Amino acid sequence: MQFMLLFSRQGKLRLQKWYVPLSDKEKKKITRELVQTVLARKPKMCSFLEWRDLKVVYKRYASLYFCCAIEDQDNELITLEIIHRYVELLDKYFGSVCELDIIFNFEKAYFILDEFLLGGEAQETSKKNVLKAIEQADLLQETKEQKVKLSILH
Amino acid sequence: MSPGTAMIRAIRSARTQCEERGVIQRECAAIRAQFRQADNGGRSHNLAKLLYVHMLGYPAHFGQMECVRMIASPRYSEKRVGYLGAMMLLDEKQDASLLITNSIKNDLSHSNQYVQSLALCTLACMGSAEMCRDLAPEIDRLLRASNSYIKKKAALCAVHIVRKVHDLGELFAPAARSLLAEKNHGVLHGAVVLIIELCERNPETLERFRKTVPDLVQIMKGLVLSGYSPEHDVAGISDPFLQVRILRLLRILGHNNEGASDAMNDLLAQVATNTDSTKTVGNAVLYETVLTVLDIKSESGLRVLAVNILGRFLLNNDRNIRYIAMTSLQKIVGTDHNAVQRHRGTIVDCLKDQDASVKRRALELSLALVSASNVRSMMKELLLFLSSCPAELKAHAASGIFNAAERYAPSQRWHIDTILHVLTTAGGDVRDETVPNLIQLITNASELHCYTVHKLYRALLTDISQQSLVQVACWCIGEYGDLLLRGECQETEAVQVHADDVLDALETVLQSHITRITDNVDRIRSIVSIYGSCIDVELQQRAVEYNALFKKYDHMRAAVLERMPVIEKNSPGHTNGESAGEAIKDIQPAKIKQGEPLLPPQPANQVHYIDTDA
Repeated sequence: MQFMLLFSRQGKLRLQKWYVPLSDKEKKKITRELVQTVLARKPKMCSFLEWRDLKVVYKRYASLYFCCAIEDQDNELITLEIIHRYVELLDKYFGSVCELDIIFNFEKAYFILDEFLLGGEAQETSKKNVLKAIEQADLLQETKEQKVKLSILH
Repeated sequence: MSPGTAMIRAIRSARTQCEERGVIQRECAAIRAQFRQADNGGRSHNLAKLLYVHMLGYPAHFGQMECVRMIASPRYSEKRVGYLGAMMLLDEKQDASLLITNSIKNDLSHSNQYVQSLALCTLACMGSAEMCRDLAPEIDRLLRASNSYIKKKAALCAVHIVRKVHDLGELFAPAARSLLAEKNHGVLHGAVVLIIELCERNPETLERFRKTVPDLVQIMKGLVLSGYSPEHDVAGISDPFLQVRILRLLRILGHNNEGASDAMNDLLAQVATNTDSTKTVGNAVLYETVLTVLDIKSESGLRVLAVNILGRFLLNNDRNIRYIAMTSLQKIVGTDHNAVQRHRGTIVDCLKDQDASVKRRALELSLALVSASNVRSMMKELLLFLSSCPAELKAHAASGIFNAAERYAPSQRWHIDTILHVLTTAGGDVRDETVPNLIQLITNASELHCYTVHKLYRALLTDISQQSLVQVACWCIGEYGDLLLRGECQETEAVQVHADDVLDALETVLQSHITRITDNVDRIRSIVSIYGSCIDVELQQRAVEYNALFKKYDHMRAAVLERMPVIEKNSPGHTNGESAGEAIKDIQPAKIKQGEPLLPPQPANQVHYIDTDA
């Protein structure tokens, strides 16, 4: 995966994860154009489109669009499943998630994404394991004993 | 209320862009002040606020150094936000990114796996080539000796490293090999992704990994035949993500290799037959299976099975499935032509789909499937499509039809009819180069000149808005006008065409290239002389030339205006000569560009349930 964007129906960006090195200017341009392209599509249209030299897979969940740009040899249908898995993870974590949750807790949305995908590829295929890891990491953040000793493993 | 929440609320309550900018400016000033202060326990919140501001599109580069500082902090909460900030604000082009290399190196060996995880994630997301070279040995170590949680991340980190620094692939190959023996799905998945990356980059590595085909087949079998496994189950499919990856690796290993392809044949047949295709997830696995079958040296039976799956996809209610089916069929229409032909009917039906991308795919495939045996029926469908297809596809459809007609026309008359049909339906979208080709075709069909000119004349009477139609029609009337006036024609009903009517028609087209009509010379001459003072230079020139022909050189008129010889296809001066019905200037219909509307803004009704319609 090259990047993932989450945006509202007004085109407001709610999350952007880039797995390819691009300048801020390029990212803004791509985001603006792609968001426009996706928002212009009618409800019953295909979830896939060819945009520039990329394959784009998108799906709308309530007021949010989840949009991924994948490589030529990637499987579009499994990408839809990846998007769906991410939504399920958010839903489980926030309890019936809505756009507001992602706005006010955007770092959490990123942390969850980073436990599910790494470098643009799925790292964990078990929903349970992803949620467990997030839970543990959250606990770690919360503990009073926040000073974690630096030690070197052998 | 956390400070972050308060800020976000403040930003959202701004009613104008200007107001929002004001809020942002104030907040950023506060954040900057906080950065400068000593550690006050709220550092992570500050950085988080800045990241939110950055996501709205405002500059946040002053936070880069704070990210570096936070990453080096001993507190997990600060590391977490620091690394997130690094992934958002730093990229490999920034100098600041080098400063975090050391922190990453330390954190890769941290005693707490969640800290290690942060480092791995960041490295895999934005690690530069230099950082990758520096830290590759660490990653290799983690690939061999750590728990599953870390191993799966290390594997994907290695993938990123190999993408950045190709020759480091060699370093990871041995570890990747041994990871295939792991039971943990996350690790297996990462291992397969890594092996795919290594094989795609290095043919020697690919050779070595071919030996793993039996192991991969075993793993797949386990997934496909295993009972219900709640942890990895998605709608009855056991770990579809892993299945799809393994299928892709098998594809790479089986490509152009008989032995490897044989070893996976049975498994592929099993997956193709047993996978439940009622949901997207099953179809995702089937799709990958089909791609693999078609790209390796598979048995013909298996190939037919694969194409049939694509055929079933074409009938699926889900538009997405139809779309990818056609994409795949397009790839094999050359090599497995007969197999694809069997699904021609369904493909042609997709021409009527609502979605423009599906239509485009269907058009491409349909054109590729036209053959001598089906040309009549296919052309009927294609012409029907042409009359209602979206504007952006018209030109492509028209030229596709012309090409197909030229290759497979069962008769000259059919060919001419087809051309006329296209000209009347989409004459405005026909590419300019096709007009001379068409004229050449018409001149070659000498028995049909009478028929052709009659039909073209009639078409001209009904509609002069299609440029190429008018061009071809006028040329033909110019060349075969005498046949037109003769009234009789074998192929069409006998209609008395009067010279006056023809002149009216041509006059209507602002053009006066009549050469065959011998009566009414005076009327012709008067029309022509009008154009002798026409503003348009070309028309004026021609008018003057013809006038001269009438006056001074009247005795030569008959000879000069003899019938044009049949045009050879590649002869020079292919553009029509003297008596040609040259360009009608600008009778193109106005093409209105519709601005595509964005969705209308909805009131901010935020309490939505995620609708999980898979």
